[in-house]
Amino acid sequence: MVAKTLYDKLFDSHVIHEENGTALIYIDRHLVHEVTSPQAFEGLKLAGRKVWRVNSILAVPDHNVPTTERSSGVVGITDPISRLQVQTLDDNCADFGITEFKMNDHRQGIVHVIGPEQGATLPGMTVVCGDSHTSTHGAFGALAHGIGTSEVEHVMATQCLVQKKSKSLLVKVEGQLGLGVTAKDIALAVIGKIGTAGGNGYAIEFVGSAIRDLSMEGRMTLCNMAIEAGARAGMVAVDDTTINYVKGRPFSPKPEQWDSAVAYWKTLHSDAGAGFDKTVELDAATIQPQVTWGTSPEMVVGIDGKVPSLDLAKNDVQRGDWERAYAYMGLSADTPITEINIDKVFIGSCTNSRIEDLRAAATVAKGKHIAPNVKLALVVPGSGLVKAQAEQEGLDKVFIAAGFEWREPGCSMCLAMNADRLEPGERCASTSNRNFEGRQGQGGRTHLVSPEMAAAAAIAGHFVDVRHL
Amino acid sequence: MQAFTQLNGLVAPLDRANVDTDAIIPKQFLKSIKRSGFGPNAFDEWRYLDHGEPGMDNSKRPLNPDFVLNQTRYQGASILLTRENFGCGSSREHAPWALEDNGFRVVISSSFADIFFNNCFKNGMLPIVLSAEIVEGLFKEVESSVGYQLNVDLDAQSVTTPGGKAYVFEVDAVRKHNLLNGLDEIDLTMQQQDKIKAFEIKHRQTQPWLFN
Ligand code: SF4
Repeated sequence: MVAKTLYDKLFDSHVIHEENGTALIYIDRHLVHEVTSPQAFEGLKLAGRKVWRVNSILAVPDHNVPTTERSSGVVGITDPISRLQVQTLDDNCADFGITEFKMNDHRQGIVHVIGPEQGATLPGMTVVCGDSHTSTHGAFGALAHGIGTSEVEHVMATQCLVQKKSKSLLVKVEGQLGLGVTAKDIALAVIGKIGTAGGNGYAIEFVGSAIRDLSMEGRMTLCNMAIEAGARAGMVAVDDTTINYVKGRPFSPKPEQWDSAVAYWKTLHSDAGAGFDKTVELDAATIQPQVTWGTSPEMVVGIDGKVPSLDLAKNDVQRGDWERAYAYMGLSADTPITEINIDKVFIGSCTNSRIEDLRAAATVAKGKHIAPNVKLALVVPGSGLVKAQAEQEGLDKVFIAAGFEWREPGCSMCLAMNADRLEPGERCASTSNRNFEGRQGQGGRTHLVSPEMAAAAAIAGHFVDVRHL
Repeated sequence: MQAFTQLNGLVAPLDRANVDTDAIIPKQFLKSIKRSGFGPNAFDEWRYLDHGEPGMDNSKRPLNPDFVLNQTRYQGASILLTRENFGCGSSREHAPWALEDNGFRVVISSSFADIFFNNCFKNGMLPIVLSAEIVEGLFKEVESSVGYQLNVDLDAQSVTTPGGKAYVFEVDAVRKHNLLNGLDEIDLTMQQQDKIKAFEIKHRQTQPWLFN
């Protein structure tokens, strides 16, 4: 038998039909949120089409929901267009009979947090969502990628996606991460190395001892950021960590299905000798806590580093990008990262809002207080269940005592579609995934970091090396 | 979907790499539940001097004179020339909707982000990959001659300059066929529904937990 990669196995096992290198693949799980679905539902309705398999869909509003008190539900959303979008999701789900965790459901949260949390993301699945960070779900040994709204409609109507197979990229991280160095730092280090276009056209598989040592939360953080490296999908092979995580969740296999599921899942790894189109290797021990300095995730350095000077740029196009980034970020070349003061802190997003992330940040914040120059430090749990768990562990009290605000779950200041945002010129230490111009509010300046590093920056008022605290 | 066959169009140069979909259409406009009307807000933060919100009368907003697409010579452009990794970031299909609504049917770059690239084809738009050297050459030509037009022929897979130089581009055969004929992909897939049903039955037998 030919040796197959994990990606080959996942892709090939879902091909319904293939012609001229274009395949029709079957979709097992479809996650839906309020921003990219209304036009898809409208398309279905206009064409008089039905949803092919209603129970493959799980819907949740997350992008527009307020993170402040929201007991009055959808009518309490002050922005009328946000309210209409959330209401439209509720209406569409009701019309088509789709399971939805509504805004006030205790299971509501960011779509990429609730899928795994519910066991709605399982090894071996094909998972799609009208959202680029769907790559997150690849952490389970699933083939997961973001799609556009036309494809959302296509999957709803046909349960299939028209796909060409990607090339395969192996990212190998061997060795042990230093204390205070996280999956987020691996992700940023990989992007720093290959660039935001480095993974274009590829599906990434992450392997190596440093990856095996990661918890599921860490693997999700890593796969989440695969899209920032340009790859539509990132994945990690199934092992006991995966299987233990999945067990006993609401949508997981029933007890009588469990053994056969596990037997199948254990085949979900790349075979020895399987060929990859490209390989990138990193030594875990050399990865430092990472901080982005510019307006693209690839503009990143270790905490010991400086804003790079123009002579380090690889060509004129990059020089132009960096000059624009200096101006936008209000930074000059050669500024040490530890001398950058911050105005706000955001701990949350589908990258870093799970229980482990909150525990890690709370450990740093415990018994301390945010610096006087920090105007706002937000902690936004990824889901209602994460929030409840954190509260049970007393993490909310730790954060509040340290001067952080403890919010309701949602995307929040990751993209600032609700009221949580940066004002022009404000600088933020953020655990999210994108530092694009305007991402967290027009004129806002975002520095991407791990939860530990964000908490440490909140306390110090500027970036600091969490390893030296 | 509208078909795309040939286009003789004015070219507008956007000389930046890694233009992300947040820049193409900022998030506040994603609150719309419609597919149309995004054009005036394409590149909103670069294009206007004030902060844009949905519902504003865009014709009354102050334009940023430094933003290249605001220059008179590029008004009416239907071909956008840009740099590597165009359309990276969010999967929002609002990005091609906004470009299309703004009059662009073709985007030429040395590379595109996957999801954006794919989304273009669903909306009757043609993203064309040419080598970085050719793109560089086109930038020089566009900037040095007012009214610069290119001829794009999907059937022939060619981009032809006013000087008669023709560059051939690659396009996937299935996508090309669908775009040339303006075919509805859902209809096409539905023609395979027997195969989908057969696959589904087998899939349910081997992995019943997927259907819980
Ligand atoms: S948390 Fe941010 S990146 Fe994740 S789904 Fe929400 S908006 Fe997108």
